[in-house]
Amino acid sequence: MRDFVLHARYNPYRLDMLKWKYHYLEDNVSDLIKPASATPLNPRRRGIIIGASDGLGAEIARKLAGEGYSLALLARTKDKLDALCNEINIKDQLACAYVHDVAEYDKVPDLLRKIVADLGGLDLVVFVAGVNYPPGGIDKFNFENDRKMIEVNLIGAMAWLHPISEMFQSAKAGQIVGIASVAGDRGRVGNPGYNTSKAGLATYLEALRNRLTRQGVNVLTVKPGFLKTEMLKAAQGATPFAIEPEKAAADILKAMKKRRQVIYTASIWRWVMLVIQHMPSFIFRRLSF
Amino acid sequence: MSLPLNTFTQLENFGHSLKASSYRIQIKRAEDIFEAFQLAKQLGLKVTARGTGISYNDVSLNGGGIVLDMTGMNQIQEWDPASGLVRCESGVTLEQLWKRVEPDGWWPSVVSGTMKTTLGGCLATNIHGKNNFQVGPIGEHVVEFTAMTPTGALVTCTPKKNVDLFYAMISGLGMLGVFISITLKMKRIYSGLISVDAWHVPNLSRQLSGLLEHAPDHDYIVGWLDTMKAGKNLGRGQIHAARNLKEGEDPDAQKTLQLVYQHLPDRLFGVMPKSLLHYFMSPFVNNLGWWGVNTAKYISALRDHTFRQSHAEYHFLLDYVPNWERSAGRGGLIQYQSFLPKETAEDAWREMLQLSHQRGLPSYLGVTKRHRPDNFLLTHSVDGFSLAMDFKVTDRNRAKLYQMLQDFDQIVINRGGRFYFAKNSETSAETTRQFLGDAVLTKFYKLKRRCDPNNLLESDLYRRVFL
Repeated sequence: MRDFVLHARYNPYRLDMLKWKYHYLEDNVSDLIKPASATPLNPRRRGIIIGASDGLGAEIARKLAGEGYSLALLARTKDKLDALCNEINIKDQLACAYVHDVAEYDKVPDLLRKIVADLGGLDLVVFVAGVNYPPGGIDKFNFENDRKMIEVNLIGAMAWLHPISEMFQSAKAGQIVGIASVAGDRGRVGNPGYNTSKAGLATYLEALRNRLTRQGVNVLTVKPGFLKTEMLKAAQGATPFAIEPEKAAADILKAMKKRRQVIYTASIWRWVMLVIQHMPSFIFRRLSF
Repeated sequence: MSLPLNTFTQLENFGHSLKASSYRIQIKRAEDIFEAFQLAKQLGLKVTARGTGISYNDVSLNGGGIVLDMTGMNQIQEWDPASGLVRCESGVTLEQLWKRVEPDGWWPSVVSGTMKTTLGGCLATNIHGKNNFQVGPIGEHVVEFTAMTPTGALVTCTPKKNVDLFYAMISGLGMLGVFISITLKMKRIYSGLISVDAWHVPNLSRQLSGLLEHAPDHDYIVGWLDTMKAGKNLGRGQIHAARNLKEGEDPDAQKTLQLVYQHLPDRLFGVMPKSLLHYFMSPFVNNLGWWGVNTAKYISALRDHTFRQSHAEYHFLLDYVPNWERSAGRGGLIQYQSFLPKETAEDAWREMLQLSHQRGLPSYLGVTKRHRPDNFLLTHSVDGFSLAMDFKVTDRNRAKLYQMLQDFDQIVINRGGRFYFAKNSETSAETTRQFLGDAVLTKFYKLKRRCDPNNLLESDLYRRVFL
């Protein structure tokens, strides 16, 4: 059980109430350590970041905390999540950690409800979680790895964004940010499974956007190029225009504020991908990237 | 039992300065409330009842939890024009109520500045009117009510039965149970008109002495305070004191008691829809513009006079311009209301008004009233006065305004003042403890444990000031 004295609004009477609450505590009662309630003069938007433990997700979490968001941070690895939470919570109790594997789809509804209750509402979801298992050569195939990528990158996103879209559609408010990839813009020789998962995610986000914009919900598709993260190590060959995740997170926040629809980060990828997308197949299929 | 995701709704406070999304469940019958409690317990969610949602703060918000929309329980179950007793479901609004009883020569004993409030909300916050000094809050006119506690128990309370719950649930902010039906005693009126004396007051001292001295001769009294005026005329304004007409005083009583006579016109000068007026007000809602509005209002108030107007016109000033609160702009507005003993009010408000001028954060609207104490557990009332101040919220002024309101809290606490839970949005748990006192809080927590052992009823306000 965590130390409730850490709560930002701690007061002596809370102690009595909490002791009493512990006494009656049931298994399904939400965690007691929650970010403080919003007030008109201390408004707090509430966000979920799925895949927050390191890399781009962690940078987005840091940036959003700096903007005063209350955050639910989700990832598979507890240690990294806790470290990030502690780092963010030094100044104010803004972040809560939830250990979760996005491939465990059945757990999503209950966890989502608990998170929304803990945060005191929901305004934003950022889906960052993604895995990349290159097959190891342009003549190699690995169904198991491809399936894992689809399960995490695409179906994992759908498992979360489906109920959240329904909630935002009903509330007529909210913002969804999905991290797709430049890799989803064309099917390439290097990693068909990854291309497919990210292309599927981008199309899914576009469909959500077309459904939800009319309800006042913004859906932002982010297409990063190479980021200097763990995933970069998996990339084969050259990694042009690689940027720090911090820079990508800054781009994403800027786009969120402007309620943009699709962005590339670094921005040069927009032009690179414009060329690649329009490259005729008889040329493209002869290339080796 | 499940909770459909399409019940997720973004709810707001009256001033549009605070938003919180919750699962909204429509309540039609008392059984629906019980089912909602069961569902909440099963899912580990908290529950708050909400009427029309026009409190200034977070009293009817419950971010991430279940909000019971009580507006569907809106039947006036029994009205007896002979005795003036009316039994209503808790989602009945004051508008429904007065429109039902007024043609028979009755008027609700206590009404708020808007007629849109539901009776359940009125009891939960124990509203007061401009006649608080004469008749107390609405709770003193409740003959009986039935409420459901989260355990599913139906409790019926009167001033003599279940007395502790009667005085705690009224003013209890919906945290002990949900009101189901309410029996109220109406007040006899002999005309659809009310006689209003209006006179100007040149400073704060005269404002408060005017309220104090003239209250006993009137049924209602309310002051407008020019919150932007500094210097020797600090606290200047206008007092409206009114009295009900006696039997025979209005020769056209049959006519003026008709509902059509109580109509609030929806057009300005018979032409412009008032619903558009807030767009034209917006450009003036800034320090310079509102200084001009207040000054013009004070100059027009210099003519002291007596006039008659309908009950609806006198009581429901907040309904004059629909959506007027929208004129505050994107950040919305908040209200800060302090209740101070008559001995210390002048010093406290002088200090607060001066502080607001020094910091460049003047309130745009100030309203004063005369009050007397009451016996309800979480009472906000004192033998003294209240001053309600409206503030526009912007992205730029939030931090400064927050700090100023914390300083206001200390000024009020140091002078023995209190706060009203339907209004102030920034009161902290510590401030609440200071003005309510340990004994009251202990009693409240004890009743909470008794009525709500699983702690199902929680609002954003409850988490802010009681946890």
